[in-house]
Amino acid sequence: MTVTEDAPVGEIATLNVTIRIKRMNPEGTPARAPGESYWEEFHVEAHATDRVLDALHTIKWQEDGSLTFRRSCAHGVCGSDAMRINAKNRLACKALLKDLNPSRPITVEPIAGLPVVKDLVVDMEPFFASYREIMPFLVTTGHAPTRERLQSPEDRAKFDDTTKCILCAACTTACPVFWTDGQYFGPQAIVGAHRFIFDSRDEGQWDRLEILNDKAGVWKCRTAFNCTEACPRGIEVTKAISEVKRALTTGEF
Amino acid sequence: MSPGHMLYRGREGMWMWVVHRVTGVAIFFFLLIHVLDTSLVRVSPEAYNEIIASYKTPLYGLIEAGLVAAISLHAFNGLRIIAVDRSAWALRHQRMLVWIVWGIFALLMAGFLPRHLMHVFGGA
Ligand code: FES
Repeated sequence: MTVTEDAPVGEIATLNVTIRIKRMNPEGTPARAPGESYWEEFHVEAHATDRVLDALHTIKWQEDGSLTFRRSCAHGVCGSDAMRINAKNRLACKALLKDLNPSRPITVEPIAGLPVVKDLVVDMEPFFASYREIMPFLVTTGHAPTRERLQSPEDRAKFDDTTKCILCAACTTACPVFWTDGQYFGPQAIVGAHRFIFDSRDEGQWDRLEILNDKAGVWKCRTAFNCTEACPRGIEVTKAISEVKRALTTGEF
Repeated sequence: MSPGHMLYRGREGMWMWVVHRVTGVAIFFFLLIHVLDTSLVRVSPEAYNEIIASYKTPLYGLIEAGLVAAISLHAFNGLRIIAVDRSAWALRHQRMLVWIVWGIFALLMAGFLPRHLMHVFGGA
């Protein structure tokens, strides 16, 4: 095997990228009024294997320590760093710079529809409130069994897709209905409800369905499919919403 | 550099949602006008005749073409939405269905527009 790369063996190629970040400081800066939002550009030298999150780290650690964003796991598991990157919702830790056309500035904005706290950090409370409302926990009656609650693999498969949710809010804040109507439960809460509604061990289906039958519930979905396309876990969100609609109209699970 | 969100880069599904909304609102206003002009006949037949005559001008001819376009798009996309809501297959192939809707639309307009425009401008 011959190595004919430009870069010496073992060395990672570098990439010069421009990151345009939508910023907001609630306390203001010497140049900006409190709460004013504005775009700021940073030039970063990154590895060809880097993600947007790495570029944000470079900026925060080497250029501007006041840049504020959330992240924890950095591996697409915790759901902390959903952002609108190049006009689409994604996780900064799963978006590779080289996939984003790095020859042009890469734009990074907070996800839309939730109040911005600072820079890329939004207040997630309204989002979590909707999730809590659909009762995301097992509801049963009678005595707790002494052994585990058994379930057939077929029954388990019915809600497999919706167990993958990491509550990053990429779907809900990609939804055009949610942008204009903050009352709407949003795709994530419906995914969360789906996970229990279609679980054969759960007995709270009708309570959850009643909540989602509300005027701010599943019927607000206009099948724009932004949620399905935004989900970093590949959940078929619109399909889950459709299944909940069908459960409401047919009573079948 | 201006603040404000960048337009979300949604795909076919999002744009068809916009198309559905816009055509829906347009059709609503057409119906509203239509009801009003028709009920005018009870108030004053002369005024009614005058209004109906104005519909034969080229300007209204073009608006009429727009109306047919809006209704056919709204109708076929409506069928797509129903299909997406009822079948998992349609749901998974919704983007292809969007292009089928546009295909049917193009076909219908190709049949309708030449004849209609001849009518409007050629007085045929
Ligand atoms: S930082 Fe945990 S999902 Fe991205």
